[in-house]
Amino acid sequence: MTIIKTNNLNLWYKKFHALLDVNIPIEKNSITSIIGPSGCGKSTLLRTLNRMNDLIEGIRMTGEILIENKNILLPGTDLVSLRKNVGMVFQRPNPFPLSVYKNITFGLEIHNIKSNDTLDNIVENSLKSVLLWDELKDKLKSHALNLTLEQQQRLCIARLIPVKPQILLMDEPCSALDPIATGRIEELMFELKKNYTIVVVTHNMAQAARVSDDTGFMLLGRLVEFNKTSKIFTNPEKKETEDYITGRYG
Amino acid sequence: MNSKLTQKIAFSFLFLCALITIAPVLLIVVIIVVNGISAISWDFLTTSPTNGMRSGGIFPAIVGTFYLAAGATVISLPLGVMGGIYLSEYSKDNFFTRILKLGIVNLAGVPSIVYGLFGLSLFVIYLKLGASLVSGCLTLAIMALPAIITATDAALSSVPQSFREVSLSLGATKWQTIRHAVLPHALPGIITGTVLSNARITGETAPILFTVAAFYLPHLPGSVLDQVMALPYHLYVISTQIPGISKSTTYGTALVLIAFTLSLNLFGIIIRTHLRRQKKW
Ligand SMILES: Nc1ncnc2c1ncn2[C@@H]1O[C@H](COP(=O)(O)OP(=O)(O)OP(=O)(O)O)[C@@H](O)[C@H]1O
Ligand SMILES: [Mg+2]
Repeated sequence: MTIIKTNNLNLWYKKFHALLDVNIPIEKNSITSIIGPSGCGKSTLLRTLNRMNDLIEGIRMTGEILIENKNILLPGTDLVSLRKNVGMVFQRPNPFPLSVYKNITFGLEIHNIKSNDTLDNIVENSLKSVLLWDELKDKLKSHALNLTLEQQQRLCIARLIPVKPQILLMDEPCSALDPIATGRIEELMFELKKNYTIVVVTHNMAQAARVSDDTGFMLLGRLVEFNKTSKIFTNPEKKETEDYITGRYG
Repeated sequence: MNSKLTQKIAFSFLFLCALITIAPVLLIVVIIVVNGISAISWDFLTTSPTNGMRSGGIFPAIVGTFYLAAGATVISLPLGVMGGIYLSEYSKDNFFTRILKLGIVNLAGVPSIVYGLFGLSLFVIYLKLGASLVSGCLTLAIMALPAIITATDAALSSVPQSFREVSLSLGATKWQTIRHAVLPHALPGIITGTVLSNARITGETAPILFTVAAFYLPHLPGSVLDQVMALPYHLYVISTQIPGISKSTTYGTALVLIAFTLSLNLFGIIIRTHLRRQKKW
């Protein structure tokens, strides 16, 4: 089942046409990766999906982004519930300079979410779902910036969970991590796939090949090719795709 | 010349410069302490002046200065912080904002007597508040505002942009983001800026001269519309208008004023170090 679908999505930064007629379908409970050379618009596309680009001055969009068949580009879209539904993990791990515990309860505080669960339980479950509970259960009060970068990145994912998103956007989530930590985050992504839909931007083609079900290849603001990951990496349809995955572009 | 020698000379020279800058401060403090310490007693701090201010204590002036400092803070802190939030988080970088910022920078440089006259004409005369505690607090608050706004603006701007992004991406509104993800991390800078600027203004004479300070008023104010005595003005009065006053009384008063200002500064610095220890990024 498709959970996100863009129809002829165009985006301009002032005069600069950054996305051109992008049509991308994203399957529920799957991992979709977006690859392409630097500056081709991967982050831009990702940030349209939770409308984080709105913060940039002089931005203009046309087309449609359907999330569960609702066009989130329509005026009057509730950005608060959109962003609760579509969480984001950033390139650099960016926990707040607070305790592990407070980082996870931040979203609850903001949204004043009352639940039958105690805060302690929510923190525990969130940490468990990013496989961090055993490491941190005795360090809940310790400062998040004292964790390793990998733990910080997991914490940033855990921070989303109490808000109950369905979709997780990840913009190069492993680029600040070493190969071992990267491997472990990838395992986590597999784990999360059961409950969440993941869209990941990556420069690491091996990573895209390893983790994702579908892959989109972008070039100069266009989605050149979109297909099953296995197909893209073994038998791409477009010459540009082949050139890129065989390393003939940056 | 041998390079080690050059280095030695350079270091000595720099050290000398550092010494020259702090020597006057130390000298002033030493002179005041030496001459004034003998006047300090429990009675001096807790009784009213008597005998045409030649004897007795300075209690009403201490209380007056305390009220002025507290009142000015209560008024200037919320206004200044909100102004700083506007400048840092809401204003667009356009002509109007640049004029506003330029105005604030210039206000910080306006001589204190001008604030005094402004307070006199606006609060005392035009708003008919008379020479009173409230006029004095308002005048001092206006004088403190530029520093508080600037400190808030700077403290907010130094909070990493990523905090705002994360918070917004979690669905927080702009105000929630400022309130929960930005302001708490800017607090040390804001508090220090406020305390330091208010420590400075409590030592000023000019702004309170026409707006609140009483020449001689040996009792405490009954309402905010009463005048009060204040340490800086009292010091000015006893050192220029009262012939035959003992040297130790004048220096003792100066000592109390300096101690008041320095302890406010110290307080600000302690809060800052305490809050800084909790933040690291
Ligand atoms: N705020 C902005 N204002 C103007 N142009 C921008 C802005 N952000 C991005 N761009 C431009 O849009 C294009 C796409 O940028 P984007 O960040 O989406 O690329 P990317 O594929 O994520 O690149 P990278 O792999 O380096 O992260 C680039 O040419 C970039 O210069
Ligand atoms: Mg990018």
